[in-house]
Amino acid sequence: MNNLDSIFSQLPFAEVVNKDNIVAVTVPKDKIYETLNLLKNNNFDYLRDIVGMDYTNSLGVIYNLSSTQKPEYLLLVKTSIEDRENPYFDSVIDLWDSAMLYEREVHDFFGITFKNNPDMRRLFLRQDWKGYPLRKDYDDNPNINPVPLENEDLDDMEQLPQIEVNQDKSFEEQHSVFQKEEYVVNFGPQHPATHGVLHLRVSLDGEIIKKIDPNFGYIHRGIEKMSECYTYPQILHLTDRLDYLSGAINRHAVCLAVEKGLELEVPQRAHHIRTIIDELTRVASHLLGWGCMCMDMGAITAFVYGMRDREKIMDIFEETCGGRLMANYSVIGGVMADIHPNFQKKVKEFIPYMRKMLKEHHILFTGNPIARGRMDGIGHLSREQAISIGATGPVGRASGWSNDTRKIQPYAAYDKVNFTEMLRKDGMTFDRYVIRLDEIEESLKIIEQLVDNIPEGDFTAKTKAVIKLPEGEYFQRVENARGEFCVYIDSRGDKYPYRVKFRSPSLTLVNVLKHITPGTKVADLIMLGGSLDYVIPCIDR
Amino acid sequence: MEVGKIKIKNMKNEDFKDNEYLEKYVEELRANGVNIVVAKLNDLINWGRSNSVWPLTFGTSCCAIEFMSLGAARYDFARFGWEVTRNSPRQADVIFCCGTIVHKMAPVLKRLYDQMAEPKYVMAFGACTISGGPFKKSYHTVMGIDKIIPVDIYIPGCPPRPDAMIYGMMQLARKIKIQEFFKLPKEPDIVEMNENQIIEEKGGENE
Ligand code: SF4
Repeated sequence: MNNLDSIFSQLPFAEVVNKDNIVAVTVPKDKIYETLNLLKNNNFDYLRDIVGMDYTNSLGVIYNLSSTQKPEYLLLVKTSIEDRENPYFDSVIDLWDSAMLYEREVHDFFGITFKNNPDMRRLFLRQDWKGYPLRKDYDDNPNINPVPLENEDLDDMEQLPQIEVNQDKSFEEQHSVFQKEEYVVNFGPQHPATHGVLHLRVSLDGEIIKKIDPNFGYIHRGIEKMSECYTYPQILHLTDRLDYLSGAINRHAVCLAVEKGLELEVPQRAHHIRTIIDELTRVASHLLGWGCMCMDMGAITAFVYGMRDREKIMDIFEETCGGRLMANYSVIGGVMADIHPNFQKKVKEFIPYMRKMLKEHHILFTGNPIARGRMDGIGHLSREQAISIGATGPVGRASGWSNDTRKIQPYAAYDKVNFTEMLRKDGMTFDRYVIRLDEIEESLKIIEQLVDNIPEGDFTAKTKAVIKLPEGEYFQRVENARGEFCVYIDSRGDKYPYRVKFRSPSLTLVNVLKHITPGTKVADLIMLGGSLDYVIPCIDR
Repeated sequence: MEVGKIKIKNMKNEDFKDNEYLEKYVEELRANGVNIVVAKLNDLINWGRSNSVWPLTFGTSCCAIEFMSLGAARYDFARFGWEVTRNSPRQADVIFCCGTIVHKMAPVLKRLYDQMAEPKYVMAFGACTISGGPFKKSYHTVMGIDKIIPVDIYIPGCPPRPDAMIYGMMQLARKIKIQEFFKLPKEPDIVEMNENQIIEEKGGENE
């Protein structure tokens, strides 16, 4: 970007490295707020992620930024601190809404405090957890953190810790998320309509929601830490289990990142097959999302119909990949096995079937006055809010934010197909509902264009038995069914990664809930959650 | 009066493998003998119980999607009378534990189990619930739910196919079929495992 140089000329302390559209900027720790503020005012308005790092002798954070106007550019702003006892950085919660959860996550895993962020509770682990698991010197002896037998105290969950870092600004006095006189209702973690084990604490005024405080970690499996002691082919299997509804797509991201590092030439055939599998996964995921949202509104029929259509895709997967839900199909260099002889035939049968069924779904539910009565006019999310929260995927696009990675930075075979990025303007619940059905149609178009043109040749490239990634940082983003899924790999030239970070699109979607629910009825909470279609294990990782 | 054969309507006895455990159980029962009236009543009650098992919807992660497939039209567990999924543990007979259980969730699972009325059963669905599965090396996963609550049926797989789940359900139906209803515990049998025990088991595993 031309104006990047002019921005950096205002930051004399910054060290800039520019490598294939990824700009890495290193700044001293007390200049971080200044840098980010300047970048934010210069169109870098989308904070994709905050990655915590442990460089053994120092701790650091990496802010991953993009501009919504030039989304193909990626900016990594890095800083570090040597103090391991009491590390802290300036908080950026006033610049981006998404920063709140990201900073809490970094705090949880690395023990880094963010000055001026009033909410420094742990995000995933229990408040009484000892140690910071993603630090390299973390002791994972089970005696230190045994399986707890008592539920966490709700007061503990709500207490905002008072953190002593030589504050220069003092933030507002607030000790608890909710006031004493507030009427707070627990929702989850075991509740059939939370779409997993999400725990929401909802403050009510009669029937009206005043405030909502999500509580995560009931399915935190520690995938990022585990990845550090697994080889790359092993890590692939964990990615499927992150967001299991778009498992194949997540796996694709890691494959692409590693292939980029190895400079591996992946055969075109593999690219085509992967793209088709990805799109089939997206259709399956949207069908389930649609079914579940309708079920949240009381329409069980829609759920059964959605699952019925999804089974057709599961059949295709089973023949070709061997697994139903977990396709486990992409490997580094290509795909695990060639497609089944029936694959093309079955996919071609599926497309007209799905088109017909889409029409039926619209007749059955979209136009239904009861459904419209529930969906119309609530849950408004504006484009600015969506960007600030970082709500990518169908949710962001329903608010008019064009953020489809398949268009911005085409990977695999996406540059060879014609499709439209579905955009809507209003950002209401109904838009989020309809956009999923529209995206199914677009996915079908993509599949249609590819299925007859799968090039001949190998389905996988030859790789070494032991895959060692050259030293460096690798970054790959893909569009999964919920939004932008990113993988960041820091390799030290070993067969194990030094650090792996997954950006979960669902985490930001739960944050959306905080913004769209206040003022709505409690009965709509479930349906609004359904319209966001988050997957909890992806949040918790 | 002898205890009858283990037979359920839905699947032939020969189709089951590894019956050792159930056979032993039957032998034990036979050795003791039962009153004829009680035995007849047992048969009747167990016939009813084994055909209307109400599961608690308890899905934490990926395996829960396969559980949903099981509930939908294709695999349809309503055929076996299992479809009345309850959202409250107080009305459920069996927990289908679908998905990884982690440290933060463990007390929740235990509380749900304690809240269920006797007789109650637990099915561990998927590799995660059996042993930690793919997350064996994690610092936050419980290495098998049998560390927290007793388990009746283990269904391996990651995720297991819905068919495998049906097989597991049938196994549980057989188990229910031969139980002596009047001798089952009436009071909730709260499992007390102290902290040290759990630490020992967990520590032993990591070595
Ligand atoms: S067994 Fe596999 S599919 Fe099931 S919850 Fe565990 S990781 Fe997910």
